[in-house]
Amino acid sequence: MDIKIPEVGESVYEALLAKWFRRSGDEVKKDDPLCEIETDKITLDINADAAGILSIAVAEGTTVKIGTVIGLIAEQPATLQSSSIPATAVIAHESLEEDLKASVSSPSARREMREQGIVPESVAGTGKGGRITLNDLFSRIEGQARRSSEEIAVETQPQVQAAPTLPVSPPPVVPNAVSPQSPVIKTRPETHGSVRSEEAPAYAGGREERRPMSPIRKRIAERLLTVRQQTAMLTSFNEADLSQIKALREKYSEQFQKRHGVTLGFMPFFVKACCQALRQFPAVNASIDGNDIVYHNYHDIGIAVGGEKGLVVPILRDADKMHLYEIEQAIAAFVEKIRTNQLAIADLEGGTFTISNGGVYGSLLSTPILNPPQSAVLGMHAIQDRPVVREGQVVIRPMMYLALSYDHRLIDGREAVQFLKTLKEYVEEPEELLLEG
Amino acid sequence: MTDTTSFDLIVIGAGPGGYVAAIRAAQLGMKVAVVEKRAQLGGVCLNEGCIPSKALLDSSELFALARDKFSLHGIVIEPPHLDLATMMRRKDEVVRKLTDGIAYLFKKNEIQSVQGSARLNGINPAGLHEVLVTVPETSHTAEWQQDLLAGQTSTVILSGRRVLLAPGSEATELPGIPFDGQVIVNARDALCFDQVPDHLIIAGAGYIGLEMGSIWRRLGAQVTVLEMLPQVLPTMDRQAADTLYRSLRKQGIQFKLETRITGVRRIGAKAIVQFNAGTGSEEIDCDRVLVAVGRRPLTAGLGLGEMAIKLDEKGRVVVDGDYQTNIPGIYAIGDLITGPMLAHKAMEEGVVCAERMAGQKSVVEYEYIPGVVYTWPEGAAVGNTEEQLKEAGIQYKVGRFNFAALGRARCMDETEGFVKILAHGDTDRILGIHIVGPRASDMVAEAVAVMSFGGTARDISLTCHAHPTLSEAMKEAALDVHKEAIHV
Repeated sequence: MDIKIPEVGESVYEALLAKWFRRSGDEVKKDDPLCEIETDKITLDINADAAGILSIAVAEGTTVKIGTVIGLIAEQPATLQSSSIPATAVIAHESLEEDLKASVSSPSARREMREQGIVPESVAGTGKGGRITLNDLFSRIEGQARRSSEEIAVETQPQVQAAPTLPVSPPPVVPNAVSPQSPVIKTRPETHGSVRSEEAPAYAGGREERRPMSPIRKRIAERLLTVRQQTAMLTSFNEADLSQIKALREKYSEQFQKRHGVTLGFMPFFVKACCQALRQFPAVNASIDGNDIVYHNYHDIGIAVGGEKGLVVPILRDADKMHLYEIEQAIAAFVEKIRTNQLAIADLEGGTFTISNGGVYGSLLSTPILNPPQSAVLGMHAIQDRPVVREGQVVIRPMMYLALSYDHRLIDGREAVQFLKTLKEYVEEPEELLLEG
Repeated sequence: MTDTTSFDLIVIGAGPGGYVAAIRAAQLGMKVAVVEKRAQLGGVCLNEGCIPSKALLDSSELFALARDKFSLHGIVIEPPHLDLATMMRRKDEVVRKLTDGIAYLFKKNEIQSVQGSARLNGINPAGLHEVLVTVPETSHTAEWQQDLLAGQTSTVILSGRRVLLAPGSEATELPGIPFDGQVIVNARDALCFDQVPDHLIIAGAGYIGLEMGSIWRRLGAQVTVLEMLPQVLPTMDRQAADTLYRSLRKQGIQFKLETRITGVRRIGAKAIVQFNAGTGSEEIDCDRVLVAVGRRPLTAGLGLGEMAIKLDEKGRVVVDGDYQTNIPGIYAIGDLITGPMLAHKAMEEGVVCAERMAGQKSVVEYEYIPGVVYTWPEGAAVGNTEEQLKEAGIQYKVGRFNFAALGRARCMDETEGFVKILAHGDTDRILGIHIVGPRASDMVAEAVAVMSFGGTARDISLTCHAHPTLSEAMKEAALDVHKEAIHV
């Protein structure tokens, strides 16, 4: 059975075959993840359609057109499979060793291929007589190094308790976030503590390192710059007292969890509040198309989520019609999809307004960047106990700064400020949401 | 038992496998201890094998040249006489410098070394492997020893996350004929004779027997080699072995092949060797019998049985791809495990074993390990023999070039032997290279390098070799694979 690069969505014509999880000659089961592809929008795993022996036709690191056959699964009778399954790991190792022996390569090149698990036939040798040289392996090795640094980032990442909400929309400080457990780590034999130095290999250079941008990163870079250059963006701030939402959450969290299987976070309140406020200020939910302003009579809210390769913004369709728990469940589903590389392009398309929560990383204040063609984006931030004045008294309240970045071409300052103020009132008095909606 | 010190790795045996593994492990950041039962580091290789035998081979070669060849070069001297004591002192000095060198390397790499015999002592409550070291009374004389044991008594327990067994091997006796250290001796004793034997009988025509026979033959002994098999150097390419065989007989070494020694009778400082060659029983007089019929892994006394460490049917320790035994944390390399008993094989394994402990994916590429016999001419080889290729049914082509046709060899008056290259019939990739000739041991390095790089006969023939050198024979042999040799 052929393994093909699948259709991932409109306007996606090619993909980077980022990584093979399995090697040629490996036995794979149906639905085993085989490889990871990256497009300019999403990262996706390709799973085995059938059980059998994998043979790889296209090396990782190659950019291929949609529909390209990148390998083959030779299906096997079931009896054969079960008998040989326990030895799979050994067979894989031995078959690599056999391949290396047969390859025309230098000892140092073989060592590097062993170390990186690179199958020799996947490398086009440029040395004398097609010999595989260290240079031929460099780009591959660098690619691997990039991935392993991302794995390290995972460990240092703060654990997010309200899982669904993830980082700020485009501020360039987005950390290189959450990666699915990468097989690079799984296949590596147990390394014993202090012994192996974590230094970059000598050829990776010392004080600086040069790596090609991934397609997603390139796309993010282009879009961010375009927004900066083609909109009249500015940011307005306010702050919200979250005492009431907090109290609500504390009171009902257990019940909510039991009934809906998700924790009640802050995000659903903000989504609902935004929908309410957007209804009152339609310009904030609108976009510019040529000389027209397009007002959207629906509320598709994008939630910025830090993915493995960069930020993605999946969309909550008709968020105004969703219940709090539905919002929470939908976000949890997106996060799981991102984690397992299952997100579809359709999940990302459209959207009339975006919410980005830098607070999960502890951001106190930031100016989010628009997600075009939308005209506004809300930045949520960390909740801090701060002294505020209530009825002439200094009291301590859980406070959050709110930031609204908007396209001034379309939205006047008055509207933006009022929108933000309305939003603030809704989250400070969440009962109002009930009465309104 | 008083002192407990804990390490990342405890190496048992400071031979070529053990000391190299220790240094590599220390380079990789491990805290390493080495336990060695000898007062000197370096194992059999440095103390009673490779190094002292080569020192004597070189000395005896010079002696034989002065005696037999100088006149051919027009150098007229009185017939030289042998000062064996000085020759032996020089050999000992060579050994001392090299073993001191290892002690220096240990110090430099902060490796703790302990003299004593080591025994695995199980796993302690902290989950570390324990090694019980029994320290000989005289250990304080070992200069290289660190002050680990300062003021301590006769045993010490070391504990480590890992233990590497690298105790090496010892000479095997003939059944029913034990070594006595005087007349019936092993190779170690044969490197220390205080006088040239009148008649040295050697049991076994392997590389040790032939090297030792060469030394004492050049120094004037009558040498007779008895071998059970119908050929010398049984693992060598037949053409190469036959050439060496002829050459050694020309030097006056006598051979009795297909001969089984049935008994040795000692009469004072002499002995009578009884042997059976086909039809009936025969006897020869001699004054020394060197038994060089093989070596066996030194597994005794290590506590392998108590730890239930698995051995194969030949008494070698069974290891996996990481050189780990069936007991996690216990590793073994070198002569203790399968494969040729060669110092450089053990060294490779030492490095690879340490690197794999550190999570690197190193492997020993066994197919590119060369073998050398240091007779004169020397024999050296890497890869498959012609016999192996025939048996495996692999299509091959042969290229051969004799040193007799080589300018430099003529100048040196070293015209015996040849270079023989076996290349794949289709791909031209080199499958084996066999050299008999002057400095074959050095020439084989090119063969190993080319094969390691997946080279073809064409690759060698397209490579410029300096003229006039012995290495030109390699290029001509490669050309001969395609029947394009210039100087034939």
